[in-house]
Amino acid sequence: MTIWDLHCHFARLVPGSPVKSLERLIEIGNRLGIEKFCVYMGSNWEYDPSPENLRNQNDEVLEAIGAFPGQAFGFVYLNPKDVEASLDELNRCVADGPMVGIKLWVAQRCNHRNLDPIVERAVELDVGIFQHTWLKAGGNLPGESTPADLAELADRHPDARLICGHTGGDFELGIRAVKHSPNVHIGIAGSDPTAGFTEMAVRELGADRVIWGSDASGRSFASQLGKVVGAQVDEAAQEKILHTNLRQWLAPALKAKGRDI
Amino acid sequence: MTSPTRRTFLQTGAASLAGAALVGAGTSPSTTAAETSGKDDGKPGGEKGPAPFIDTNVHLGHWPARHLPLGKPADLTAKLREHGVTQAWAGTFEGLLHKDLAAANYRLKKACEVHGAGLLVPVGAINPTLPAWKEDLKRCREDFDFSMIRLYPGYHGYAVEQPLFLETLKQAREVELTVQVVVRLEDVRTQSPLLRAPDLDVTPLPGLLKKVPGIRLQLLNALRTVKNPLLLQRLAAMGVHFEIAMLEGAAGLENLLNGLGIKNVCFGSHAPFFYFESALLKLKESLLTEEQLTFLRDGNARNFFIPPQP
Repeated sequence: MTIWDLHCHFARLVPGSPVKSLERLIEIGNRLGIEKFCVYMGSNWEYDPSPENLRNQNDEVLEAIGAFPGQAFGFVYLNPKDVEASLDELNRCVADGPMVGIKLWVAQRCNHRNLDPIVERAVELDVGIFQHTWLKAGGNLPGESTPADLAELADRHPDARLICGHTGGDFELGIRAVKHSPNVHIGIAGSDPTAGFTEMAVRELGADRVIWGSDASGRSFASQLGKVVGAQVDEAAQEKILHTNLRQWLAPALKAKGRDI
Repeated sequence: MTSPTRRTFLQTGAASLAGAALVGAGTSPSTTAAETSGKDDGKPGGEKGPAPFIDTNVHLGHWPARHLPLGKPADLTAKLREHGVTQAWAGTFEGLLHKDLAAANYRLKKACEVHGAGLLVPVGAINPTLPAWKEDLKRCREDFDFSMIRLYPGYHGYAVEQPLFLETLKQAREVELTVQVVVRLEDVRTQSPLLRAPDLDVTPLPGLLKKVPGIRLQLLNALRTVKNPLLLQRLAAMGVHFEIAMLEGAAGLENLLNGLGIKNVCFGSHAPFFYFESALLKLKESLLTEEQLTFLRDGNARNFFIPPQP
């Protein structure tokens, strides 16, 4: 079965070498049959990155994916607190560069109005946005989005294609929160491989809205892949989750860049 | 003299090597091939039958906050057998909140016999904060013929540095019970607000273990939270075993073994709470030698039950 990974970080595997880091990530993923890797963020993570930090991290991604054009897709990392810098990076890395998606992390909750110009530009470029979300029992970071925040953003931008990263971590709450937001897919990476996750996602959202990812290298490819291959869902659903849905989600951006999809 | 504990577990290992079903879910001691030969180094021998494969971390019973797809023992054992598991050490989720642990442990024993004879090895739950907990311990050993107990400090409200913990280890050692200590069952970030259980801090454990030489102890679900390599190495040097259910990181097993060596790491899935395949695929994600795989799948778990030589 073909497997594409929505959610990877690579830059810390071989410190100081983005290309070798990505090479190592791909080598490990290939052991489990993973063929394509969406990668974002570099080595120096900050909750509220400066424009310079954003550029540096995105440069690391650009350098790495340039060495593996057939296997890796880059997403540009933005900080909605600085709209101008974010739009500049979006234009540099996506409109004028090879990246095919947007990554938003924890700088600002995604229901904030600052997101609007970024989402509008993403719609113009026909690229999707991956938004990290969590619902932590002990409380989120100040700028950390919840799935409900993303549902709010999705309602404001029905033409945007959004991914609810981590499904909020607490999948039973996350799935419920985005259920009625048809332009939101869930990314099931980066939480424990708790049994029942994928079954509930397919039951409540349909297999078409579920996308597999690993959140490697922090997470194990294996632990995350187990969420799908161990789930009591049929093979057609597995195929969608592991590959087809992501391929379709990326298709407009890939097509715009003349990439073979 | 060989203790019943040792015989029981070596027997189940040997039985799985021979592909034979056990009588009474590992509660009937008998001599093993390993004992007969006087050797058991955990390396593959010339035995026939399914390759031995021990899952050291499964549970029976209902998880209080969620339906688990493999929550019924028959479904769990079918999954384990499908993937070639020949023995699984099974605790009970009833051990978390129930106060009548004698009844919970009895139900566990029966469930293992009915649904997993030859596969499931019962691991009794002990809560040393309960009155007369030593009676539960005694029953595990004498009435139920268990060889192993599982502690849940996070759910029972005590810490490693409390005298209660040391006393439990001493009592367990006294009756030759092997101890599994649960570091966590669920990510603290996703727990129900009414069922919050902190991760167990095992930092004081090396100092404590000096006071109970010879104790056989395995930490369950430790490797997501216990990451300090020096602490892990120190614990391993003292004979503490680990399992891989919560091990994360790309090629995490390869990295772990590079730092820790092979002798103290066992296979564990944390099924049915986790998807079994999540642990299984880790054996493929890392580049492992045949010898490492053999130790992981079976050898280390079996060797775990051989008492240290005086």
